[in-house]
Amino acid sequence: MQLESMYQEIILDHYRHPHHKGLREPFATQVHHVNPTCGDEVTMRVALAGDVISDISYESQGCSISQASASVMADLLIGKSVADAREVQETFLQLMQAKLDGPEFAEEHEEVLEDAVAFAGVAKYPGRVKCALLSWMAWKDATAQALADTDSVEFEGKGVKA
Amino acid sequence: MGIDPQFLDTEKIRKDFPILHRTVHGDKPLVYLDNAATSQSPQQVIDTIVEYYSLHNANVHRGIHVLAEEATALYEGARDKVAEFINAGAREEVVFTKNSSEALNLVANVLGWAEQPYGIRPGDEIVISEMEHHSNIVPWQLTAERIGARLRWFGITDEGRLDLSNLDELINERTRVVSLVHVSNILGTVNPVETIVKRAHEVGALVVLDASQSAPHLPLDVQALGADFVAFTGHKMLGPTGVGVLWGRRDLLEELPPFLGGGEMIQTVTMEKSTYAGLPHKYEAGTPPIAEVIALGTAVDYLTAIGMDKVAAHEHAMTEYALKRLQEVEGLRIIGPATNEARGAAISFTLGDIHPHDVGQVLDEHGIAVRVGHHCARPVCVRFGIPATTRASFYLYSTPAEVDALIGGLDQVKRFFGV
Repeated sequence: MQLESMYQEIILDHYRHPHHKGLREPFATQVHHVNPTCGDEVTMRVALAGDVISDISYESQGCSISQASASVMADLLIGKSVADAREVQETFLQLMQAKLDGPEFAEEHEEVLEDAVAFAGVAKYPGRVKCALLSWMAWKDATAQALADTDSVEFEGKGVKA
Repeated sequence: MGIDPQFLDTEKIRKDFPILHRTVHGDKPLVYLDNAATSQSPQQVIDTIVEYYSLHNANVHRGIHVLAEEATALYEGARDKVAEFINAGAREEVVFTKNSSEALNLVANVLGWAEQPYGIRPGDEIVISEMEHHSNIVPWQLTAERIGARLRWFGITDEGRLDLSNLDELINERTRVVSLVHVSNILGTVNPVETIVKRAHEVGALVVLDASQSAPHLPLDVQALGADFVAFTGHKMLGPTGVGVLWGRRDLLEELPPFLGGGEMIQTVTMEKSTYAGLPHKYEAGTPPIAEVIALGTAVDYLTAIGMDKVAAHEHAMTEYALKRLQEVEGLRIIGPATNEARGAAISFTLGDIHPHDVGQVLDEHGIAVRVGHHCARPVCVRFGIPATTRASFYLYSTPAEVDALIGGLDQVKRFFGV
């Protein structure tokens, strides 16, 4: 059945037992992103040690895809340098834009994507791409803010800009 | 509400709707349960659009050639049909807009610009409710901000009804306008319009009714309802998108300032100043959606031929059956009235902890189209402490078998997410 290609076991697993969930200190920045069409929301904090991501903590509510994506992302990015993490994020974004070529793209970029290859099937469902990207965009936003001038004004995320 | 449930001959009706015979995701028959979002159109409405562009297309009101006269006759003929459909006192009270949202924005804006006695002034109060669609919230927020008026609202009871416990305090001498939804698109609640109108008129406030979910589904008589403005939209009542209706009491519309300015709505234009057309054209600036208006007329014909009382009776029967079957599903919670009194055919629910997005996805895989999310009524979701709902909504072509399919689908949802 088609659905199984989107709802891989890994995704359902992360949905039921999300990793790194909860808001923790210390943190450099906090952002709040929403997906206004469906009610998915995430509050995310990013902590940096030099240029390494030391922690990603979050509170969120939403569908299985959005929740699992946050969990897999945190697994993948914590401990990476910002530069490496951005590469993973870019690749994931491209995966989400791959539409029917999702599975092929995922296979080609397995090394970078690791567990995130499980989301390959989501690309076929344009309505759900935003769900998968919500936390990644929140992370991108939070990290950009953390690396900007220390007196940059805190603002509310305006949703997914995929 | 006193409606006797009675199913229509849906087999016959469905023959008129080509889209209902589609299959989706390969070979699954479409089970369309998203009528609160938009309705499907019968072939007759589709044919009207094609025929208009094939044979009668010309701009209206301005030409003297035969095509222009045909187009104008068809367009104004549609206005007559709509006026009769809602029992308007005069055809001049029917204004065509783009949709309900525009109709509501029209009223919210002109009341902000009007002189006394109708204009909203700083310190005045505007009353809406917590169960409104965003299109009946945001325009009033904008007006209140711009004028310096105060926006207030009715709360919702746990059963999904309007909380009338503070009616006399909420609607008071400072209230200039009360704008309320007739039938809620998310809860299905039918609101007690008479009660609200009575109180509002006691204190000299105008009443605006959002009839987007009522005009398509039950007999609407604007004179009997007693509201001062009524807004509804074509695409929810078998018509095309791009056309809506604002009905307004003639004496009000005559006094109030124009909304959009431009061609058609003027009498004379000089560089210094212009004078405006009479009703209804004062409120129809520019070239209207001609084909869509005429097609709305066809939709009205279709509904009238069946009879709105019979449409209401069919939906009442559908809702009764749906409520019964949904309440048998373990873990399912209905958001809104759980009984069939004063209740329309949109049913929102949650299913355990499964997010509506995921519910909708699995249902879609089985060919079942429902809507998931806020339904442009986020305050309702906040009120009931939920992120979103899944909503199934019926219309005159919906069948009990489709309800059975929905229930079967929900079973699949629970299995898929291991509940």
